[in-house]
Amino acid sequence: MSDFETVIGLEVHVELSTATKAFCGCPTKFGSAPNTQVCPVCLGHPGVLPVLNRTALDYSIKLGLALGCQIARRFKFDRKHYYYPDLPKNYQISQYDMPFATGGLLTLPNGKTIRVHRAHLEEDAGKLIHEGADEKIGAGTAALVDYNRAGIPLLEIVSEPDLRDPADAVLYIRSIQSIVRYLGISDANMDEGRLRCDANISVRGKGEEKLGAKVEIKNMNSFRSIEKALEFESRRQRESLARGDKPVQETRLFDEETGETRPMRGKEEAHDYRYFPEPDLLPFTVSDEMLSRLRREIPELPAARLARYISGHGLSPYDAQVLTGGKEIADFFEAAIGAGAPAKLSANWITTELLGALNAAGKELRDSAVTPAALAELIGLIENGTISGKIAKTVFTEMFETGRNAAGIVKEKGLVQISDTESIRKTVEQVVAQNPASVADFKSGKKQAIGHLVGGVMKATGGKANPGIVNRLLKEILEKQ
Amino acid sequence: MTDPAALTIHDAGRRLSEGKISSEELTREIIGRIEKNEDRIHAYLNKTFEDAKRQAKESDERRKSGSTRGPLDGIPLALKDNLCTSGIETTCGSRILKGWIPAYDATVVARLRAAGAVILGKTNLDEFAMGSSTENSAFGPTRNPWDTDRVPGGSSGGSAAAVAASMAMGALGSDTGGSIRQPAALCGVTGLKPTYGRVSRYGLVAFGSSLDQIGPLAKDVRDAAVLLEAIEGYDERDSTSVDREWPRATVDLGAALTGKKIGIAKEWFAEGLDPDVRAKVNDTRAVLEKLGCTFADVSIPHQDYGLPIYYLIAPAEASSNLARYDGVKYGLRVSGANIVEMYKATRNLGFGPEVKRRIILGTYVLSAGYYEAYYLKALKARTRLRQDFESALSGCAALLSPATPTPAFKIGEKSDDPLQMYLSDIYTVSANLAGLPALVLPCESSKGGLPIGFQLIGKAFDEATILNIGYQYQQATDWHKRRPQMDKA
Repeated sequence: MSDFETVIGLEVHVELSTATKAFCGCPTKFGSAPNTQVCPVCLGHPGVLPVLNRTALDYSIKLGLALGCQIARRFKFDRKHYYYPDLPKNYQISQYDMPFATGGLLTLPNGKTIRVHRAHLEEDAGKLIHEGADEKIGAGTAALVDYNRAGIPLLEIVSEPDLRDPADAVLYIRSIQSIVRYLGISDANMDEGRLRCDANISVRGKGEEKLGAKVEIKNMNSFRSIEKALEFESRRQRESLARGDKPVQETRLFDEETGETRPMRGKEEAHDYRYFPEPDLLPFTVSDEMLSRLRREIPELPAARLARYISGHGLSPYDAQVLTGGKEIADFFEAAIGAGAPAKLSANWITTELLGALNAAGKELRDSAVTPAALAELIGLIENGTISGKIAKTVFTEMFETGRNAAGIVKEKGLVQISDTESIRKTVEQVVAQNPASVADFKSGKKQAIGHLVGGVMKATGGKANPGIVNRLLKEILEKQ
Repeated sequence: MTDPAALTIHDAGRRLSEGKISSEELTREIIGRIEKNEDRIHAYLNKTFEDAKRQAKESDERRKSGSTRGPLDGIPLALKDNLCTSGIETTCGSRILKGWIPAYDATVVARLRAAGAVILGKTNLDEFAMGSSTENSAFGPTRNPWDTDRVPGGSSGGSAAAVAASMAMGALGSDTGGSIRQPAALCGVTGLKPTYGRVSRYGLVAFGSSLDQIGPLAKDVRDAAVLLEAIEGYDERDSTSVDREWPRATVDLGAALTGKKIGIAKEWFAEGLDPDVRAKVNDTRAVLEKLGCTFADVSIPHQDYGLPIYYLIAPAEASSNLARYDGVKYGLRVSGANIVEMYKATRNLGFGPEVKRRIILGTYVLSAGYYEAYYLKALKARTRLRQDFESALSGCAALLSPATPTPAFKIGEKSDDPLQMYLSDIYTVSANLAGLPALVLPCESSKGGLPIGFQLIGKAFDEATILNIGYQYQQATDWHKRRPQMDKA
């Protein structure tokens, strides 16, 4: 089995977050009541004509630039024909042989580079809702159509078949998600269907040039299902080849429940989309001015930030990766250090406490009650010795739950660290007196016994004693005994 | 006194402004005329008389209060039934859209309303504007007011017949390969297909998107120019409409024709042209020469490819444009065991034979493996044909050709022979393929008394020149004033 190589290429679809649809003025808000964001144009009524949303074009070109693509100076739209009730005109306005972007490159966080074949702009379709089809579509009594999504601008980004394993495929999609979020051109939320992916996967003998028969996989709705589907399919094709079967070109559907793929249609049933140039839209030209304006508007992208965090802020590659994984997290980090917190401490607090708490609460960063300035304040209290790192964690939990600021919590709960050597000395002497066994252990060379004594002091002071002073005094007193 | 229904728009406009007649009177006269003759002619698919009377009343009130809106205020007009009208059924002459009520007005309709026009109703057409006789309407043919055994031409046959029979003072049609001009010729009225991009197509139910243009059918050239000025101009809803300046249509109508050079291509007078039509179109030359025009021989080497190119490109675009009629969202739905069966049953019952023929043809030429051989080749040939016209027009102000190979033919005469029917557009398709403006106006009558038209093709966006030539021709002749005998009580 190890004599085989899996080859994966991805078609990633990203819904752009323009305020209005690609070819009409309807809003694009997610989750509105069915068919409330529609007009004659996106419903494909007789006589209507499309008018391109210029912001969608700007967004598209920004993505092309961010991926290092060649931006076409002249491009056009085409009609792609297929009959489906969620497609109002029974053709989709798309781009066939003159996409706006070709030939880019994406570097994954693990350093691998994946070539981007092309990116084009098209319109999304509506959504079918099958009534009474909880179990199976075939069991449905009726199909309803919601056209709110129909006409939302959609980018299709097609990779070259450069991916070799399912984990990298997921990394590639995450990278695209991260880039479009950095560019501010899409929410790219997978659970809202704003980021979608189809995969082409084949298996060939190691060292072979020729690609194996390509299988297209559809219906993968989360990063987890993408990885599972590709793993299943890779295994299935390897086993099939190992048996000596001849692989067939086909389209397969991923079944979330079984974790398996099953045939949807064969090569001979493939659609003939009858592409031809969209006569209702004239070809577009991209000027030098437009390109340089858009180039200027592109912010620092994840890969550049990652490098800066490691070399400029001295963060570990791991922390830097976690922080740049999402634009919001990186922005949070930058705001915290902007408010005066040291970079390394900020990185620690964000990657462990903050993300941990969000994760446990099932919240997104944008829902966090703790602001970057509030976190910086908390870190400041540790830095100036007002509270201990341990107490700070308690304070943070309170901040996260209530949204209150650190100083207020510390004051109200009397959590200010005790750094008065004389009062700590008294407590240390008491604890030493009460724990002769630990003292004996320490004396006999079991140096770790000091931990028990430190714990005793902290317990007696409600955790407020300055741990540095406690340690120093304990050693001093024990040495003397 | 002249029959008010028979007035031209500009005459009626003068009388309205002089207070000699009201819009309500005009509208009532024309409605009476429609009620009298509609049984024989069947120009209308939908009559909106109540709305029309109200609009007429409002127009008269505006006039009284001194806030009249211009030359079309209070003028009763008809609209081809492939122009969307908000709240008014728009069928395209097809069963598949029977009962469909648009949620919006086509841009041209909105502009006519804003100009104060009175809308009498929606006129008959070949289904989805595909045809040359109006026999392809799902709701019965329109008859030619000159001879009710004959066709009015098509596809804007209802609009042409209505204007000829004074059942509307003017009308809008659409022209994809001659659908304004061929019926204008056959009904003896004046019809203009504007330059592609001069008039917004928003709200015109698409047939061949790169060819379709909306234009006027009128009693004379001046009226056509007035209507054009009301509907033309850039529209942000139509990306193919053009945002630019052009010479105004009505301003230079009366300019002298001295020294204007008109080109005639020998290819237009080759075989297939009725000898009577050839002779009468030739006579126009003498009239125009007397007015100061000079004539030059030009050549359109790719003329013979016009129809073949057209019958590849137009059906290809039509097959795509008509894909949306599937029973899912609006119009006819015939249920089936599953979605595909529903599509099939709906489209099978909803479309007539000519529409089906063109959908099949268009689907074929766009199919993988045939696209290059047919569609792409047709696009290249279209470029050649366009270049022929550019070069012919480079030394001429306009080109003169027959409008149709024959006068109006009998109902049923060509309906079983699509190729014969297609040949009826042989002189008109080129202007659509080249995107150029073309004006058809009546010149004499055939031996049988039927109207014969000729065509003037102009440079892009230079409607002013062909309208000027046509206007001066009509000043020198009376052919455009001839009206069919109707049973007027």
